[in-house]
Amino acid sequence: MKLNSPLQVYKYLPQINCAECGDTTCMAFAAHLIDRSKKLENCPPLLKDEYKKKYMELQVLIAPEIRDVTIGIGEHAKKIGGDDIIYRHQLTFFNPTALAYDVWDTMADSELVERVNKIQNFRKFYVGKFLRVDMVAVRCVSGDALRFAGAVKKVSETTKLPLILCSFDPAVLKAGLEVVRDKNPLIYAATENNWGEVSELALNYKVPVVLFSTDLDKLKSLALTFREMGIKDLVLDPGTYPQGKQMKETFDRFIKLRRAGIKEGQKDIAYPIMAVPLNSWIVYKDVVTASYWETVLASVFTVRYGDIMILHSLEPYAMLPEVHIRDTIYTDPRTPVKVAPGVNVVGSPTKDSPVIITTNFALTYYTVESDLSSNKINCYLAAVDTDGIGVEAAVAGGQLTAAKIKDTFQKANFDFKEKTTYGTLILPGLAARLQGDVEDATELRVLIGPPDSGRIPGWMEKNWPPKQK
Amino acid sequence: MTKKIKLSELGSLLGGLDIEALEGVKIEGDVEIDLGQMGLNPQMAYALGHETAQIAFHLMNISKILGYPVGQMPGAPAPATKRLSKLIESKFSVGRMEEWKTNIQEVVLGATSSDGGSRKSTVTLGGEGALPYYFDAAMPHRNHITMDVFDMPINMAKAVKGNYEDVINSPPEWAKKVVRDFGADMVTIHLISTDPNIKDTSPSDAARTVEDVLQAVDVPIVIGGSGNPEKDPAVLEKAAESAEGERCLLASASLNLDYARIAEAAKKYNHVVLSWTQLEINAQKELNRKLIKQCGVARENIIMDPTTAALGYGLDYAYTNMERIRLAGLTGDTELNFPMSSGTTNAWGAREAWMVSSPLKEDSDWGAREYRGPIWEIITGLTLSLAGNDLFMMMHPTAVQVLKEITQTLYGSKEAEPFNLENWVSAVI
Ligand code: B12
Ligand code: SF4
Repeated sequence: MKLNSPLQVYKYLPQINCAECGDTTCMAFAAHLIDRSKKLENCPPLLKDEYKKKYMELQVLIAPEIRDVTIGIGEHAKKIGGDDIIYRHQLTFFNPTALAYDVWDTMADSELVERVNKIQNFRKFYVGKFLRVDMVAVRCVSGDALRFAGAVKKVSETTKLPLILCSFDPAVLKAGLEVVRDKNPLIYAATENNWGEVSELALNYKVPVVLFSTDLDKLKSLALTFREMGIKDLVLDPGTYPQGKQMKETFDRFIKLRRAGIKEGQKDIAYPIMAVPLNSWIVYKDVVTASYWETVLASVFTVRYGDIMILHSLEPYAMLPEVHIRDTIYTDPRTPVKVAPGVNVVGSPTKDSPVIITTNFALTYYTVESDLSSNKINCYLAAVDTDGIGVEAAVAGGQLTAAKIKDTFQKANFDFKEKTTYGTLILPGLAARLQGDVEDATELRVLIGPPDSGRIPGWMEKNWPPKQK
Repeated sequence: MTKKIKLSELGSLLGGLDIEALEGVKIEGDVEIDLGQMGLNPQMAYALGHETAQIAFHLMNISKILGYPVGQMPGAPAPATKRLSKLIESKFSVGRMEEWKTNIQEVVLGATSSDGGSRKSTVTLGGEGALPYYFDAAMPHRNHITMDVFDMPINMAKAVKGNYEDVINSPPEWAKKVVRDFGADMVTIHLISTDPNIKDTSPSDAARTVEDVLQAVDVPIVIGGSGNPEKDPAVLEKAAESAEGERCLLASASLNLDYARIAEAAKKYNHVVLSWTQLEINAQKELNRKLIKQCGVARENIIMDPTTAALGYGLDYAYTNMERIRLAGLTGDTELNFPMSSGTTNAWGAREAWMVSSPLKEDSDWGAREYRGPIWEIITGLTLSLAGNDLFMMMHPTAVQVLKEITQTLYGSKEAEPFNLENWVSAVI
């Protein structure tokens, strides 16, 4: 964004401190505009006619450096791009890299449906949410426009995920667009050879479009030309070579594009960037090798500025790291990683259910909570206030102590006599050394669970209900 | 020549649009659109989202696609956009990072006979003038990998263990195997049996193990303690003495043990100190400063380990911590411009790396774990390599091989066959 201090933004605000935005002052609201936790529309006075000019100006001044582009419609629509920074600690990256997995038009219908379902049903629980993948890329392998349209139709009947239509033949793209014209698919790709016809398609169907060239001069020419024609929703594919020096040059191009867009404010090329790790499959035929290398390429370009990528492998050992590395890079470093401390209920505990101790670090808490609920273990789960530190580090750093544990139950008015038959606590295996202290402080029996909460179900079978002493 | 287009055809062409909305749009003969009653500039109306105008606009677009001479349509607006017949010429250029003025310190590990050691080769780390693999400044040295060897059998993930069952009781054989079969650039001998809570073996026992490993291989080595802050200084001192002159990496000096003793041992017997802190840039700065100013360790004898957390288990902290440290170094912080090392093996702590299957029924199938573990180690290391890490401590042979391949590709030392980038779209995979 062009403005980077609250003071600069403040000049454009009504300056009446009416607090309708939820902040007590316009200056505070300005700071939230800068860190993008609030939007212009959160200030009702600014939307009135008298401020229209300021509103319009501000809209341009605080727009992200990299244009954002939306693909698809409805709740599954995915926004890509929209970044303002080069390193994640400077603020946070917005709009996580969209992961698109391919299908192709020579697949039998049943295969196609099965593959699309695999893509849209993939999920991995992590810190209170499911990590998922985002899009389906339909490739025209047949070279036949009708056949391609048929495949696009089948895919769009099977999923609401956004689509990428892939072909260098404008007639093929057009046939596909006819089928999903109201679904805002991304079309791939315009090149220096076909750009005239592809630009017509982008204009006529009002869809976002990928520009492809490994030559950055040409890529910029394409972007300028499309922009001049009024096409703003552009994605740049500078080519993803899978190997060798060419791969290194690919890496260079990603860095150059993003540096030009953000650091140098070169609006002409400030668009989301596409990577195609799928190219791994053109050089490696063995499934494991190709999947591994594809995941490696995907990771490099998740860390370094890929906003959308096309992938092939649906092997779990490829998809799991792919969704995790994306989450790693796009996690907002500003958001606290804590949950509220207290004694929570998992399932529907009875007097015979266990009372389990963990910390209020979100990663720890959600991991433990999901291990318990997924395995239908009814219990009380106490999130001790460790300032958002995990078990092992909190024991080492003194945030998880017997006193803190006792305090958690006191604050929650948790009466062991009334609520439990066994008067027993279960400590994490990694907090074993607190056992004696906790027994002394709480006058309860303390059992030591396994080191990993994923092992609680098996442990319970052997150790619960607790044997009489 | 006139072509006629029927309303019914338009209906199907317009797909999702409500056909009734076509009221008020009269279509005659040559796709004429009568916008008479609307009294609006269609282009403006379109921008405002006026339904009828929108339909008209679509009609125009369709006509264009179908090849009708749109411009001649009576009442039709000039298109909202221009058509260009030639690409606008342009040149792309971008500057270099002027603020990266300070290079990372170069550090040599291992010493050959000419330098008072017995290694056949040495490993040089550091020297960078830019973020890893960036075009701003050539990266003088590639990344290196040192593989873990333990002085007693330990718990390992099943996928790792399979590779070491034959050597698990012999550190020298284990060391030979990782260099000979798995392409390790270096070997790390972890003296974990010295931990009072494990076997409490003596510092002299540990020193003998180090000598055996130095005999067995001719690459530079890392000497690792057990992690016990009370015992490690004595163990590392003794080991350093027995490896005098070999320029080993002593792992580690940290703020929660007597780092001065480790620094002293490094100085006295010519070794390099690994300055280890826990994911905290200020702590790293503090420890480095103490090693340099208070203990007098020379700059060319310091490597940092700012801590590695596994993918999904704090890699976000570890990555950003390293990236910030490297950026600080490049922009002139001479207390942070040292090469970095990562305990990449930590990746095996992630349950995704070792568990048979997900403990959560709601998760998609995790597949075979023998493939999950190595890639967890690879991606953890790879991410940190992009943040500026130079040396990787690793365990799984496949992970080592793949990490070498990608870091050397990015470094620019791998060749490949010519490749046609347009093929993937229509490739049969
Ligand atoms: C990330 C990290 C940090 C981060 C912590 C961020 C955070 N919010 O927690 C930071 C940088 C702050 C940090 C600091 C320190 N750390 Co630290 N840190 C780690 C690291 C890399 C990962 C820990 C982690 O997040 N694990 C993932 C979470 C989910 O695990 P968890 O909380 O343990 O939960 C699991 C289990 O405990 C179990 N579980 C949880 N609850 C329950 C309940 C029951 C009933 C059961 C049965 C099981 C169970 O299941 C969970 C899922 O598997 C580890 C090394 C490693 N293991 O890779 C070191 C580590 C934990 N840190 C360590 C140390 C020493 C420290 C410091 C003291 C260092 C220092 N000298 O400053 C400080 C302490 C800071 C403080 N407490 O204020 C040591 C602990 C050594 C020990 N055993 O005593 C470790 C092991 C590193 C090492 N090898 O030395 N650290
Ligand atoms: S709503 Fe607008 S005018 Fe009112 S305080 Fe917030 S920023 Fe100021």
